Amino acid sequence: MATRLTVNGTRHDLDLAGDMPLLWVLRDALGLTGTKYGCGVASCGACTVQIDGQAVRSCVTPLSSVQGAVTTIEALGTPDSPGALQQAWIDHQVAQCGYCQSGQIVQAAALLAEMPDPTDDQIDAAMAGNLCQCGTYPRIRAAIHAAALALGRS
Amino acid sequence: MGRAGTIARRTFLFGAVAISGGLAFGVWQVRKDAPNPLKPGPGDTALSAFVLIDASGVTLIAPRAEMGQGVQTTWAALLAEELDLDWHQVRVIHGPPAKAYYNSALVAEGLPGKGYDTSGFQHSLATALGGIGKLVDLQVTGGSTSMRDGFERMRVAGATAREMLKAAAAQRLALDITQLRCESGAVVARDGTRLPYADLAADAAGIAPQAVELRPQSEWRLLGKTMPRLDMLAKCTGTATFGIDIRLPGMRFASLRMNPAQGGAMRSFDASRAEALPGVDTIVDLGTGVAVIASDTWTALKAVNAIEIDWGPAPYPADTAAIFDAITQAFDAPANSTMRDDGNADTLPDGATPVDSVYTVPFLAHATMEPMNATARISAEGLELWCGNQAPLFVRRHCADTAGLDAEQVTLHTPFMGGGFGRRGEVDVAVLATRIAMALPGTAVQTVWSREEDMRHDFYRPGAIARMRGAVSDGNAVLFDAQVAAPNVTAQALTRWSGFAPPGPDKTTVDGLFNQPYGFPNYRVRGYIADLAVPVGFWRSVGASQNGFFHESFVDELAHAANADPLAFRLNLVRDVHAPSAGVLDAVRDMSGWTGQTPEGVGRGVALCHSFGTPVAQVIEVRQTGAGIRITDAWIACDVGTALDPGNIEAQMTGGLIYGLSAAVRGEITFDEGAAEQGNFPDYDALRMTSAPRVQVRILETSRFLGGVGEPGTPPAAPALANALFDLTGIRARTLPLVKHFAFAT
Repeated sequence: MATRLTVNGTRHDLDLAGDMPLLWVLRDALGLTGTKYGCGVASCGACTVQIDGQAVRSCVTPLSSVQGAVTTIEALGTPDSPGALQQAWIDHQVAQCGYCQSGQIVQAAALLAEMPDPTDDQIDAAMAGNLCQCGTYPRIRAAIHAAALALGRS
Repeated sequence: MGRAGTIARRTFLFGAVAISGGLAFGVWQVRKDAPNPLKPGPGDTALSAFVLIDASGVTLIAPRAEMGQGVQTTWAALLAEELDLDWHQVRVIHGPPAKAYYNSALVAEGLPGKGYDTSGFQHSLATALGGIGKLVDLQVTGGSTSMRDGFERMRVAGATAREMLKAAAAQRLALDITQLRCESGAVVARDGTRLPYADLAADAAGIAPQAVELRPQSEWRLLGKTMPRLDMLAKCTGTATFGIDIRLPGMRFASLRMNPAQGGAMRSFDASRAEALPGVDTIVDLGTGVAVIASDTWTALKAVNAIEIDWGPAPYPADTAAIFDAITQAFDAPANSTMRDDGNADTLPDGATPVDSVYTVPFLAHATMEPMNATARISAEGLELWCGNQAPLFVRRHCADTAGLDAEQVTLHTPFMGGGFGRRGEVDVAVLATRIAMALPGTAVQTVWSREEDMRHDFYRPGAIARMRGAVSDGNAVLFDAQVAAPNVTAQALTRWSGFAPPGPDKTTVDGLFNQPYGFPNYRVRGYIADLAVPVGFWRSVGASQNGFFHESFVDELAHAANADPLAFRLNLVRDVHAPSAGVLDAVRDMSGWTGQTPEGVGRGVALCHSFGTPVAQVIEVRQTGAGIRITDAWIACDVGTALDPGNIEAQMTGGLIYGLSAAVRGEITFDEGAAEQGNFPDYDALRMTSAPRVQVRILETSRFLGGVGEPGTPPAAPALANALFDLTGIRARTLPLVKHFAFAT
């Protein structure tokens, strides 16, 4: 099925099955491996991307249902120029294994776009769908507060 | 391009080119140990198995699996400390599988000593025995051993390389070596002349290494401080390459289904529907399962699930009840071990009040965030493998055997691991991926386990049963007599690795139970082995994961039977046995403001466990809320002897606690018709940000020897929580998971 998809500002013309989840389109067809496979059933959040600013689980989002522009971890900053959230993650040394952190950061970006200065409870509620088996939650919470502060200043 | 890109390029160069030819040079340490596996390409020089120098600078080899525990960062710091590199100059790679990278501390971890009472002589003996690691291909990341293994060896490797570089500079400048020093990756003379290591490496490689002296702790620049993790930038920008992220020209993607009744046969299968799906290349008959190779992972997953398969039964009892019956029956046979027998545990001391309890814990999955996967390409040159793993030499040998190759024809890359927790010490994933790739020679095939396939083909933390018998008198414990029955993790894992497991008493079954620093006057611990073919394996903190729960829940029962404060009761028993263990109890008492009293609606529990060389005490606080019980706070104190990277230790202690709490609250694998009933996070969940406590960590440094940090945070978590819940509700949970006994807020 011919599909036109915009990812991180780049338009792609794809010929893929419409039921292929966006996760595998990104990873296997477009080579954007920053977005991770964790569960395939929208219960761990490792695959989180944004569609028109909304955080979605790409593992259960069929390609045919994607209407808006897709943003992945790769668009939130680069190793040479990390974004505000990524810098806060680095400053707080959040990642351990790091596998869930793309999804965590993309989810946090959607949160901060909606709530520029969230409380602990608001952070917890927004991040509850993102699992981390390394137990980095306390540092994630601190990093989100720091990023909120940095973004508020700039 | 930034440093991350440079590292990635180097890694590739190292894998593809640099080890294919050229010269290698030895250092005394390496010559003594095993051949240097680094075979540098043109322009590269290997000063030892751990230090590679080329025109762009120095690359350090950290041949331990980075699965989140920060091992490569601290390992590199050990080398860089003595090699006088600035932190921004440090680059690190995992390197190839090699005997030179054996783990000298893991053998010592298996010795039957109690751990907390190690004398100087025993420490030396363990160090000497560590050399056995090289003979048995023990390049293994596990047992919280990396720093104990590398602490001296890597500083020696760094210092040796430094002295070789200085000697080369002395020759070139016609100066005495004592007039030279090193700084920021260069040898510097008194007149200010600077010779970068890269300019000296080729000469230095020809210089005979001399014995070196290590710098005193007071002169450390990097060690003892929190260093920025070398993998942090990549992991926060989506650019870190995990095994599942390997992308190669022309590659294909596969997924598989093995018999969920693990070890059972496959009677027949019908793949006609799968074969008809667009994008499917090949169906691979694996004998006890089937794989599909396809254009992409999604197609492979969809196709493999479309195959109709007739499975044979499991070679173990079919359901949970029958499996636990078999574990119970293990108590009927003679004990496999009596690793502790102080005083007389046969008779109840006069006038003492007896306490008897039976505890049971379930099987647990590892549930690493990155599902199992491996990429393999078989060609005329041999086999190239990309697989996150904790045991490269075993993986290489098993895959070589599978492909009918010599081990030297197998190139194994070890990328970042999205969690390990013990699961990636197994060789099954690499072997199956090799077999699948053999169906498509010349093409790289990445095999990805679905989450369900991952969870249903784990090597589980075994279910276990403990029969606890104790007694108190005048406010003190006078008897502690534990019997524990479980399947034998060590025997299974060693058999899978090397085809052989030594008979005799098994330490793992009773680890965390027989070797606790408590001065019970009558103290006995016996282990019983359940003969079960349910796959079991190493799970973060291994035997201590269940035995810490048994020990510390039962000590709490004894404290309450004695009408004593649970923390003071422990201190009384520990103080004269092991000062660092008393120290961590003192610390959590102070940190938490422990009074022994909690207001209505609040509960607190304490637990202590000495494991992997490190005593850890935890206090956990729970609160009854309208939405259910919340785990609100945790205080952790550990004594690691020397804190090489305090920030990383704090992260490991926090992570170890949360992993332990996740299992305690929700973790349970049950079986029906031989298959694990849980397959994904909705039925095997973990703590989320909403349910995780605030955590404070204090690191003490009074222990005589360096302790591990990756695992010791896990064992006290379950009992500290269960004890807090008892304080809150009066209900003593003797089985896990706790969600079966209590209503938690989600």
